[in-house]
Amino acid sequence: MSTVTETLHHDDDHHEHHAPPAGIKRWLYTTNHKDIGTLYLWFAFIMFLTGGAMAMVIRAELFQPGLQIVEPHFFNQMTTVHGLIMVFGAVMPAFTGLANWLVPMMIGAPDMALPRMNNWSFWILPFAFLILLSSLFMEGGGPAFGWTFYAPLSTTYSGDSTALFVFSVHIMGISSIMGAINVIVTIFNMRAPGMTWMKMPLFVWTWLITAFLLIAVMPVLAGAVTMVLTDKFFGTSFFDAAGGGDPVMFQHIFWFFGHPEVYIMILPAFGIISQIVPTFARKRLFGYASMVYATASIALLSFIVWAHHMFTTGMPVFAEMFFMLATMLISVPTGVKVFNWVATMWRGSLSFEVPMLFALAFIVLFTIGGLSGLMLAITPVDFQYHDTYFVVAHFHYVLVTGAIFSIMAAVYYWLPKWTGKMFDITLAKWHFWCSLVSVNVLFFPMHFVGLAGMPRRIPDYALQFADFNKWISLGGFAFGLSQLIFLALLIKACRKKGEPVSDQVWEGAEGLEWEIPSPAPYHTFETPPVIK
Amino acid sequence: MAQQEYEKYYVPDSSPWPIVGAVALFLIAVGAGNFVIEQTKGTSGYGGYILIAGFATLIFMLFGWFRNQIHESMTGLYSAQLGRSYRQGMAWFIFSEVMFFGAFFGALFYARMIAIPWLGGSGNNGATNEVLWPTFQAMWPLIETPGGTKTEAMGWYGLPLINTVILLISSVTCHFAHVALEENKRGRLKLMLGITVLLGAIFMSLQVEEYIHAYQEMGLTLQSGVYGNTFFLLTGFHGLHVTLGAIILFIMLLRIFKGHFTPDDHFAFQAGSWYWHFVDVVWVMLFFFVYIL
Repeated sequence: MSTVTETLHHDDDHHEHHAPPAGIKRWLYTTNHKDIGTLYLWFAFIMFLTGGAMAMVIRAELFQPGLQIVEPHFFNQMTTVHGLIMVFGAVMPAFTGLANWLVPMMIGAPDMALPRMNNWSFWILPFAFLILLSSLFMEGGGPAFGWTFYAPLSTTYSGDSTALFVFSVHIMGISSIMGAINVIVTIFNMRAPGMTWMKMPLFVWTWLITAFLLIAVMPVLAGAVTMVLTDKFFGTSFFDAAGGGDPVMFQHIFWFFGHPEVYIMILPAFGIISQIVPTFARKRLFGYASMVYATASIALLSFIVWAHHMFTTGMPVFAEMFFMLATMLISVPTGVKVFNWVATMWRGSLSFEVPMLFALAFIVLFTIGGLSGLMLAITPVDFQYHDTYFVVAHFHYVLVTGAIFSIMAAVYYWLPKWTGKMFDITLAKWHFWCSLVSVNVLFFPMHFVGLAGMPRRIPDYALQFADFNKWISLGGFAFGLSQLIFLALLIKACRKKGEPVSDQVWEGAEGLEWEIPSPAPYHTFETPPVIK
Repeated sequence: MAQQEYEKYYVPDSSPWPIVGAVALFLIAVGAGNFVIEQTKGTSGYGGYILIAGFATLIFMLFGWFRNQIHESMTGLYSAQLGRSYRQGMAWFIFSEVMFFGAFFGALFYARMIAIPWLGGSGNNGATNEVLWPTFQAMWPLIETPGGTKTEAMGWYGLPLINTVILLISSVTCHFAHVALEENKRGRLKLMLGITVLLGAIFMSLQVEEYIHAYQEMGLTLQSGVYGNTFFLLTGFHGLHVTLGAIILFIMLLRIFKGHFTPDDHFAFQAGSWYWHFVDVVWVMLFFFVYIL
């Protein structure tokens, strides 16, 4: 008798299982990877707009030489918080959101491996950014030492809000680590029968390696902020030579985190592009195995190149040589990837749907960012480029036209699968072309002013940079406005406007996620599929 | 039929606990941030209260969350695959902890092998020494900082050695407890786990004793230069982890007295025991690099 009731009870559970609860509780209590993916993506987009608004303040101040709009101290807060928000609030959560939505669907898993922890790792993020943003309104202002919070700027010369900065970064780190543990365990343990390692889609592969990097380096960041906290508030001298420490040691610890972090923000992008290009070239990805090995090589090399951020700190020449050569080595696996994408398109039946447009822009513009990175890797010339707008140009090419463009490509590629409706293609094309033109007006001239010697992180500059900066700012405003088109498109898509799409959505799309109905049901693969 | 259902990977419907935990971490961060500012600036505020409220919320969340999970586990909802998820998750968590300690060990090695010799003028850094602190002599332990703060070095014999032996023995008893659980010898399990927790408590009280000694008699404080910094942060974070590990094992002991865990289903115990071995390994590294060398 009791067995029967238990079975019935379980069946009841099972029915509830299919219908998400209504209202706010659905989002607060959810354990569903699709809900949590949506939450991550919307959060990332809101943070993207917030950090973007700060970039608008920066560009408005730099529109003309001289101080016009904001105080230098507030300008520094804007550059700092812009960087922190874009890295930890926009790019990383967006990739985690994509991983949440896609990894279980791509490997045939019913959900993420640890669904409740998944919810926790999302919901602590908005709180972390609430703390960071509200610290801007504290007496003495928010963090103003740059997103890299170099000592002694963050220790001796920072305000009280540093304590809140430290604890908010701790929460961001906890969130990333839990998110990464979830992804890694899902991929190790939840693959459907027959989904062998070398059958996994590249997005899954790149995220697996990214998750490993996250677990390896986010704790080091936690250590770095902890040392900043004790140096500032408790009289330790990790970064103070008078006590036997060294401010340069901060940079070593920070960049030991920071350089793998750079790849954390680009490896999933490589995965996305490797999914999209074959679809619209209607060919299999060229060199799948080499893509996997290249990703792993990039990840391993990322641990031994950190000091190329520090060529001008007075390291021994041997160290400068080592880090220069190790850095250049990374261009080999990265080159493998770019050539593989190009080879995939070679003699393919190309078509230029919106995701493909973004993917193509990614390949060209990310390569520009990669090549300027190679220039920066050359120690002697880095002495000229260091801390100039050339560096700003470099990392915005890899992060905006690299990471952000790949996220947009991914959203356009999988959005019809998520909503079941085709997005507004006209708006999407407007979004693409406006972004493409404006982003280059915004970032390309930065190379020139940087090479001519304009330093980064300053609210004012010498007169000879005025013309270029005017164009850079105009490009910036245009790029900012272009993202409002994206906002309009996303709101429209979430209200389920548009033509219904087929299960496959795109003619050349292959993979498990294209075999389930569009829109993807609330629960997929409750019984794992068998992969042949 | 029902059996097959239960073989499925258990995906919980929805849970209020993560959001409670998020609020808890929010309160802890806001509270800790304000508490630190208030303490060091000598101003008054609510930081401490917010911090306590945060920890109370966190403990409330842990009770609720684990109660749910223990209930699910005991009603047989968990498959072997889910058990693997938990074990792998715990292993990766421990790896993240290793990297956290790695940051502080890295600071120790850098200060000792690079920063201090350079300040003392080694290699081509003669000018650094001449210009900044010409009287400074590079040494380790750094008993006199370039700025002139003096302290004493902590020896490895005495309390640290006793503590090393205690923690090593506790790791062995913890392992015996695990074996006893797998062989279903509950009496020995309770005894061995009880000894482990007790040894953990003794370790912590001796550690407190050592800190008092350092502060009151040796002048070795958190402010006494990078030697004191690395000493207190490494041993301090290790101590926090020992405390946490001992609490986890103590809760496991309570659960064992309530009759929980079977020879082949005891993830929580296993996780706690892994954690205990991990803090033990960290201590051995600490003893070697912080005390002996």
